[in-house]
Formats: sequence, C-alpha cells, structure tokens
Amino acid sequence: MSVTSEEVARVARLARVRMSEDELARLAPELSKILDWVEQLSRVDTSAVEPMTAVIPNRLRLREDVVDADPDTGGGRRDDVLANAPAAEHGFFGVPKVIE
Amino acid sequence: MTTYRIQGRTGEWEVVIGLEVHAQVTSRAKLFSTASTAFGAEPNTQVSLVDAAMPGMLPVPNRECIRQAVRTGLAVEATINRWSRFDRKNYFYADLPQGYQISQLYHPLVGEGTLLVEADEKAGILQDKRIGIERIHVEQDAGKLMHDQHPSMSYVDLNRSGVALMEIVSRPDMRSPAEAGAYLRKLRAILRYVGSCDGNMEEGSLRADVNVSVRRPGEPLGTRTETKNVNSVRFVMQAIEHEARRQVELIEDGGTVVQETRLFDPGTGTTRSMRSKEDAQDYRYFPDPDLLPLELDESFVEECRASLPELPDAKRRRYIEVLGLSPYNARELTAEVETFARFETLLAETARSSGKGETEVATAVANWILSIAPGVMNALGAEANPAFATAAAQAAILDMQARGDISGGQAKEIFEHVLRSGRAPKEIAETEGLKQESDAGAIEAAVDRVLAANAEKVAEYRGGKDKLFGFFVGQVMKAMQGKGNPGLVNAVLKARLDG
Repeated sequence: MSVTSEEVARVARLARVRMSEDELARLAPELSKILDWVEQLSRVDTSAVEPMTAVIPNRLRLREDVVDADPDTGGGRRDDVLANAPAAEHGFFGVPKVIE
Repeated sequence: MTTYRIQGRTGEWEVVIGLEVHAQVTSRAKLFSTASTAFGAEPNTQVSLVDAAMPGMLPVPNRECIRQAVRTGLAVEATINRWSRFDRKNYFYADLPQGYQISQLYHPLVGEGTLLVEADEKAGILQDKRIGIERIHVEQDAGKLMHDQHPSMSYVDLNRSGVALMEIVSRPDMRSPAEAGAYLRKLRAILRYVGSCDGNMEEGSLRADVNVSVRRPGEPLGTRTETKNVNSVRFVMQAIEHEARRQVELIEDGGTVVQETRLFDPGTGTTRSMRSKEDAQDYRYFPDPDLLPLELDESFVEECRASLPELPDAKRRRYIEVLGLSPYNARELTAEVETFARFETLLAETARSSGKGETEVATAVANWILSIAPGVMNALGAEANPAFATAAAQAAILDMQARGDISGGQAKEIFEHVLRSGRAPKEIAETEGLKQESDAGAIEAAVDRVLAANAEKVAEYRGGKDKLFGFFVGQVMKAMQGKGNPGLVNAVLKARLDG
C-alpha cells in the first residue's frame, strides 16, 4: 500500500500535527511500510477468532453514582484544573475566539 | 397514513424525516468521573481531572448512567445488547478537552426499538403509527463556549464536559412536521415517566438533530440534510417545514441537495448551511483502548425492567378500558407526568372520601383535572393560591357534587373560595349558602306549589306545548332560590306533569 505525501498531510492536519515538506516526504514511505505490514497481518484468516480485549480475564468495572466520591476523580478543584491553562480568566479557560 | 405533501411548481413532494435526539441522562455524577452534573454551578467548579482530560486519567463508567439508558431502551421495547463497546470520535474543538468524544458507534448499548405515535386528527395524524428506533447509545457531552465575554477570546466552561447523554436515533419513518413533533413529545413523555432524563428543553437536557429529505411519492429516498441542535418541539417542526420547502425549490430550480450539516435560526424559523471544512466529518472512530467492552448480565437487565413504572401507552389503555375514560381524556391525562400524577392522587382521594370505586368517580375527576379546575384557576389568575388546591379539598368538592349537595356551578364557586382562602369546602358551602336542595320532599312541595299556581300553563303543556317544561323548571328553581338540585327538579317535574 502506497501512501502519498498528500495523505500524510491530511492525516497530520486532522491530528493538528504541524509537518514540514521534508518530514512529509520522509514519512510517506515509512507509513507505507507500516501499512504493508498490517496488510500482511490481515491476510491471516481470523474469522473464527474472538477479538481479544485484554490479556487477562477481565470485565469493565462500573462505579456507583456518588458525587466527588474520590477527590481525584471529583470536581470542586477549579484552581487545579485551570493551573496549566495559558489564559484563565474569571474561572474560565480563555481560548482564541472560535465562532462560525 | 399522513398525507402531508409539499406542493411544488412541478407537483407534489413527500417529506422524509428522521430524528437524532440527545437526552441528558439523569444522574448525580458524570459518565466517567464523579464530578457533579448539577445545572447552573459556577464555571469549572464541577470539573474533575478526568473531565479536563489531564494526562494519565482513566474513565470508569457510572453504573447509574448505564442503568438509565437500559431502562430507556426497555421502555421503547428495544433490544438490550448484553455486549457493547465504547469508541473514540476524534475531532478538535475548544469545548472538547480530550480531542475525542467517548461514544458508541459500532456496538451501541441499545438496539432496535419502536415508539407509538397516536392518531391526532387535529394535527393531521389520521391513525396510530409506529416509529422505528434504530439504536440508543451512551456518550459524553461537551463543555460550553461563551463568545461574547471578551473581545478576542472565547471562554470555556467544562462543567457539562463528561455529563452522560443518550443519543436516541429514529428510523426515517416520519412523513410530516406534525408526526415529528408528536414523536418528540412522546419520546419526552417516556423519558420523563422512566425518569432517565428530565426532558427540560430550555436547559438543553433534550435537543434534536433533524434529518430531512424530499422525494416524489413512492420514489427512492432523496439526499438528506442534518439540522443540528434544535431545542423545542415547535422549532423542530419549523425547521422541517423550512428545510423541506428549501429542498423542493432547489430541486425544481434544477439544483441538487448537498448532504450537509445546517443550523436552525429560531429568530427567522429558517436553516442555513454550516460551512464546514472538507475534513470535518472524518472522525476516525476506533475502539477506546481505555475501556473494556461493557458486558451486562441478565440480573442487571431484569432489575432495570422491574424498576420501570407504568408507561404512557399502558396507562392510556388502562384509563380507557378499566376506568372507562374517553380516549381524548385518557390521552390528555397521560401526556405529562405532572398531569397523571395529579389525576391519580385526586382519583384515589375522591374514591376514599366518597367510599365509591375509582371507576365510578373517574370521569368526574378527569373532567375536573382537565377542564374545570384549570378553568377556575385561570379565571382567578394571581388571586389563586395554588397551594390551597390540595387533593383533600378538591376531593371534598367532587364528593359533595356527586352526592347532589352542590351543583356543578356551585362546585366551581366553592373551588374559587378555596383557592382564595384555603378554607374547607364544607365550611364554605355552609357559610356562603352554596348548597342545593336534594331533599325529595322539599322539591316535591316546591313543584306542587308552582304547578298549582300555573294551572293554565299545565293544561297547555299537557295539550302538547312541550316547550313549557323549561318554564316550569325556571319557576321551581326561582321558588327554591336557585338551590334545587336540577336533576331532581327535572325528574319530579316530569313525573308530576307526564304521570
């Protein structure tokens, strides 16, 4: 599978990754090789194999509906949440104006 | 069949409508964190490190959110998928700190279901119609952006970020704005019966994406557009009507409909294109590696099923078949949770205080709830204190009326006094003289007096002048100062005159 540098540029744009022309030119053949390898893997017939979601028997755990049960996953910590924001004003995150 | 058609220059067009409804799940904590979901808090005070997408944080699903989505699925007779999975929907926007929304594309929690839209001739829905529900999945809500607080910045409040939503996707089964409106109202009622969403459209707890296409009747589906985030039943209907007309005009002028996302402007009732970049729709979904598949056991699903209340369709049927109400009354009473709750409370109270069966008093209570009580309340306006309208007081009035102690008119007057003063109905009836005479002896005496005093007219009546009956009724009522029980007065008069 051959990836063009236009496709690399499109994926980079979707992921908001800035890339120079040099990088795009270098990445295109690298990604092609990775995809070739995946293509090779997909030649194996796995139609009778269940997709593996974990290496040990494990089930998704659910938690109870309790507010701020654990401070690490609870609210009420605005200063922490805003601490690394480039612009925090009046308790909000400030971002460059986005409006259609 | 609804026969709603758009009349174009070149003939008739059929409108095909599907709705994707986003309903905020009623829960105390968010879908993947324990931050509060309460509405109206100070900005960013209900944001956990998970909701702010800090590195290394892992989502753990809230059982209650899953439970509410399953209950909702069961309420629309849908398949509950014992195995479902969360996917990442990738896009960048300032209200989405993760850079992706955790949603369920490939394996939703709830599969195919159905919802009954009842016939409503006034709205042009001529018979009952089942609208297919394709799926319901669970996903995260985004934060809120404010654009008007600063000249060069937008402000972001992440309190809503991570709150659980159900996306309820219908089949493209609706054919008129009225059907779509009825579907949305019915869905909202079911959500509120179940208690899985408060249905508050003003606060954005319920919002609809409206898919519309047009075609010549009988032809294959046309290209659809999607109008986003419409937040009232009326606006949904307006958006459909405008969008269908726009598409018909476009096609008849030789153009083609482009599959695109549009915005509804409530001010003008029109839709406009949301010019988005070509890449914007490429969400690159993939299974969320932070979350194992969601597997439900039978006991969980059974607990959900057992916890469901009586739902609108079943309640409506019971009101008609068991309580003997008219289909109209049954539909009006079951449309809103508050209405049936008031009805059932008053019904039980009236049956208890009168010692009669609920079936016997149901129609009187239904008419009271739907028309008489609201009529009196509206007429009084601000003078009425709704807190005085207790079930006990209203049941006492209905009981007096059923016994024939007061007339329908007196019942209204007594209720007015109750709403103004909060006094007991019986006491009001005594002190205000709002009682009617139901004593057979007293009525017979009055009738005999009137007939004796009008011998000539009695002869005329017996000679065939039936119309005089009303005159006699009036005379008897006058003789009794308007307090005679009209039913009994009529009966005694008839017996005396015709007997």
